[in-house]
Amino acid sequence: MTPKRRRLWLLLGSLGTLGVAAALVLTALNDNLVFFYSPTQVAEKSIGPDRRFRLGGLVEEGSVQKDGQTVRFTVTDTHKTLKVVYRGILPDLFREGQGVIAEGSIGPDGVFTAREILAKHDENYMPPEVAKAIKESGQWKDKK
Amino acid sequence: MIPELGHFSLILALAVALVQGTLPLVGASRGDLRLMALGRTAALTQAFLVLLAFGALTQAYVTSDFSVLNVVDNSHSAKPLLYKISGVWGNHEGSMLLWALILALFGAAVAVFGNNLPDTLRSRVLAIQALIGVGFLAFLLFTSNPFQRVFPAPPDGNGLNPLLQDPGLAFHPPLLYLGYVGFSVTYAFAVAALLEGRVDAAWARWVRPWALAAWCFLTLGIALGSWWAYYILGWGGFWFWDPVENASLMPWLAGTALLHSAIVVEKRDALKSWTVLLALLAFSLSLLGTFLVRSGVLTSVHAFAQDPARGMFILAFLLFVTGGGLALYAWRAPQLQGGGLFQPVSREGALILNNLLLCTLAATVLLGTLYPLFLDLLTGNKVSVGPPFFNATFVPLCAPLFAALCVGPFLGWKRAELWPALMRLRVALVVSLAAIVVAMTMIDSRSTLAALAFGFGVWLIVGSLASLTDRVRSGTLRTLPRSTLGMVIAHASLGVVVLGSVATSSWNTELMHTMKPGDRIDFAGYSVQLERMDEVRGPNYIAERATLAVSVGGKPYTVLQPERRLFTVQRRQVAETAIQTNGLRDFYATLGEGNPQQGWVIRLYLNPLAPWIWLGAALCALGGFVSLSDRRLRIGAPSRKPALQPAE
Repeated sequence: MTPKRRRLWLLLGSLGTLGVAAALVLTALNDNLVFFYSPTQVAEKSIGPDRRFRLGGLVEEGSVQKDGQTVRFTVTDTHKTLKVVYRGILPDLFREGQGVIAEGSIGPDGVFTAREILAKHDENYMPPEVAKAIKESGQWKDKK
Repeated sequence: MIPELGHFSLILALAVALVQGTLPLVGASRGDLRLMALGRTAALTQAFLVLLAFGALTQAYVTSDFSVLNVVDNSHSAKPLLYKISGVWGNHEGSMLLWALILALFGAAVAVFGNNLPDTLRSRVLAIQALIGVGFLAFLLFTSNPFQRVFPAPPDGNGLNPLLQDPGLAFHPPLLYLGYVGFSVTYAFAVAALLEGRVDAAWARWVRPWALAAWCFLTLGIALGSWWAYYILGWGGFWFWDPVENASLMPWLAGTALLHSAIVVEKRDALKSWTVLLALLAFSLSLLGTFLVRSGVLTSVHAFAQDPARGMFILAFLLFVTGGGLALYAWRAPQLQGGGLFQPVSREGALILNNLLLCTLAATVLLGTLYPLFLDLLTGNKVSVGPPFFNATFVPLCAPLFAALCVGPFLGWKRAELWPALMRLRVALVVSLAAIVVAMTMIDSRSTLAALAFGFGVWLIVGSLASLTDRVRSGTLRTLPRSTLGMVIAHASLGVVVLGSVATSSWNTELMHTMKPGDRIDFAGYSVQLERMDEVRGPNYIAERATLAVSVGGKPYTVLQPERRLFTVQRRQVAETAIQTNGLRDFYATLGEGNPQQGWVIRLYLNPLAPWIWLGAALCALGGFVSLSDRRLRIGAPSRKPALQPAE
C-alpha cells in the first residue's frame, strides 16, 4: 500500500467517523436541548404541555406545602410566579427564599410538574440563570 | 508566623520557578551544561518550597488558626481531624495550592527519575514544567492568596461545606489533580520534543510512563468522585453528565488515546506528530476542566459563586498554554518525519481507529459541555444539555470502540488478516451473543438496547481474556510481559464497568414511600420495616436516624440505617445514604424529610451490579499500574537502539 492510499484510507475513515458523530450530535441536540426559562419568560412564551424545560427562580416565601411525598410550591422571579408540583425527596438545599431549578413540563392545568429538582453544593450559590432572570425583572438587589 | 513563612516560601518558589523556566532553556539551546544542570536543582528547590507552603497551610488548619482568613471560611474547631486536613483543599485557594504542589512534585520527579534522558531534553522538560508552575504560583499569589490574615481573629470558623465532609471526597481532589497535573509532564515532553525537532521511539518510551501514571490517577479520581455522587446525592445515579464530571472525562479520553498512540510511536515509529498533538491536548483539556470548575461559567453542581478575575486569569493562562503549544506544533510538526508504513487492517490501523473514536468521544463531550456557553453568548438563550444528549451521542460511539477493542490485540503489526483474528475470538463472540439472548429473555425483554450493551460488556471481558488462552495452553503464562498483563486487565475491567453501569441504570428497582415507625412495606421480594427513628449526635452534627429492618421470607436479612444530618455550624441538612452490598447488587436506602405525625419519606433502590462500576474502575487503574511496573517501561531502564527508519 502506498503512503498516498494509506492517507486516503485514513482520511475516509476519519471523515466517516466525524460524519456519524456529527449526525448523532445534531439529532441529539435537536431532541434533547432543554431551555431555561424564568416565570416571566414562561408567561410571555406559550409553551406546549409536552415541552420539557428548566424553570428557575426563587422559592416564594410561605408557599411550600408538603403532603407526604408531594410538594407544592411557587417559583418567582419577583415579577411573575408559577406553581410547581413535585413528587419526591427534595434536595438538601431546597428552602424558601432560595434559588431553585426545576426540570419538567407544564401540565394541562397550568401547573409545572417537576420531574427533577436540582441541588447545589453551596448554599450561597444562586444559579447564574436565576440571577439573570431577577436582574431582568428589575428586582436585583446587590447583597454585598 | 508560620502562615507568613508559608507565604514567603510561595514567593520564593515563584522566583525559583522563573529561573527554572528560563535559564535551562537558554542552556539547552547553547549547549551550556552548567545552565542545564541548574534545572534539576531548581526543580527540587521549588518542590521543597511549595511543600513548605502547603505544610504551613495544613498546620494552620490542623491547629485551627482563625487568624488566617482561609481557615475561618472553611474550617471549624469542632471538625474531625480528617476533615480539618481535607479542608485544606476543600476550597478554591487551597485546592490551587494543592495543584501547584503536585505540579512541583512532578517536576521534582522528572529531575530525580530522568537520569537517562539526554541533557537538553531533560532541561527543556523541566523548564516547560516550571513555566506552567509560574502561571499557577502567580495565580495563587496575586488572586487567591491562601495565607491572607484576618484581624481581629474571629473565635471560630464557618466550617466546611457538609457535603464535602466525607471520606470519599477527602481524597477525590488529590487523586484527580495527580491525574490532571500528571499530563503537564507529557505536555512538557511534547513541547520539549517540538523545540528539539525530534520525536523517536526513545521519546515515546520516556513519555509513556508519565502518561500512564497520570492516567491511572485520573481513573481513580474520576471513580472516587462518581462513587461519592452515588452515595451522597442519594438519587441512586452514578454519573450525571455534569459539566465538572465532563471536565474530568475529556482529559481521560484524550489521555487514553495518547497511551495508545504512544505505543505506535515506540514500536513502529509512526503517528509521531499526532501523538505530540494528543499530549498537548490532554493537558489543555485538564486546564479547561480547571477553568470550568474555578470560573463558574457553567451551571454545575460544583460551580462556586466566583470572582470573575480568577476566571479571566485561568482563561488567559489556558489560551497561552493551548495556543502556545499549538502554534509551536504548527511551526515544528512538519519536521517530524513519519516512519513505518502499514495496511489499514493491522495493529497500527486498530490503534488509529481507537484514537479516532476516543477523540470523537472527547469532542462530543466538549461540544455538549460548551454548547450552552456558546448559545448564551450568541443568542442569549439559556439552555442545558443534559444526560439525554450524551446518551444519544456518547453511547452509540462507544459501540464500534468496544467492538474493535478485543480484535486489535490479535492483529499483527504492519499487516494482518481480520478473519483469523475473529476466529480466535469465536468463543467470546458466542458467549456475548448468548449473554444478549439471556438478557433479553430472562432479565428484561423491553429494552433491546440494554441487552445489547450488556452483551458488549461480556464481549469486552471474555474477548480480552481470550488473548491469554494461547499462553495458558502453552504454559507460558508466567513469562507474560507485565505490560501485556496490564493491558488485558484494563481492557477486561472496562467490560466490568459497562456491565455495572448498564445493569444499574436499566434494571434497577426503586420505591418511594412515606412511613411511620412500625410500618412495613414489600419491596422487590424483600419486606422492609421502619423499626424506629432515633436522634444521634456526631462530632459536629445532630442526625435523625431511621432503622430499617429488611427481611426475606420472614427471616431477618439486614438492617439499614440511613440518616439526615443537620450540621450545627452551617444549619444545613445532608442525607447520609445506607447501602448494603453483596457484590452483585446494592440495597440502597435514603431518608427524606418527615415528622412523627405524617411519617418520613423513605426511598429504596435495588441497584444490580452497581459495585462493579467502581470495582471495574479500580481494576482499570490497577491494570495501568501493573503495566507501569514493567521493567521495559521503567524510566531508568537502559534504552534500546532507536527503531530503524524505513525509507519513505
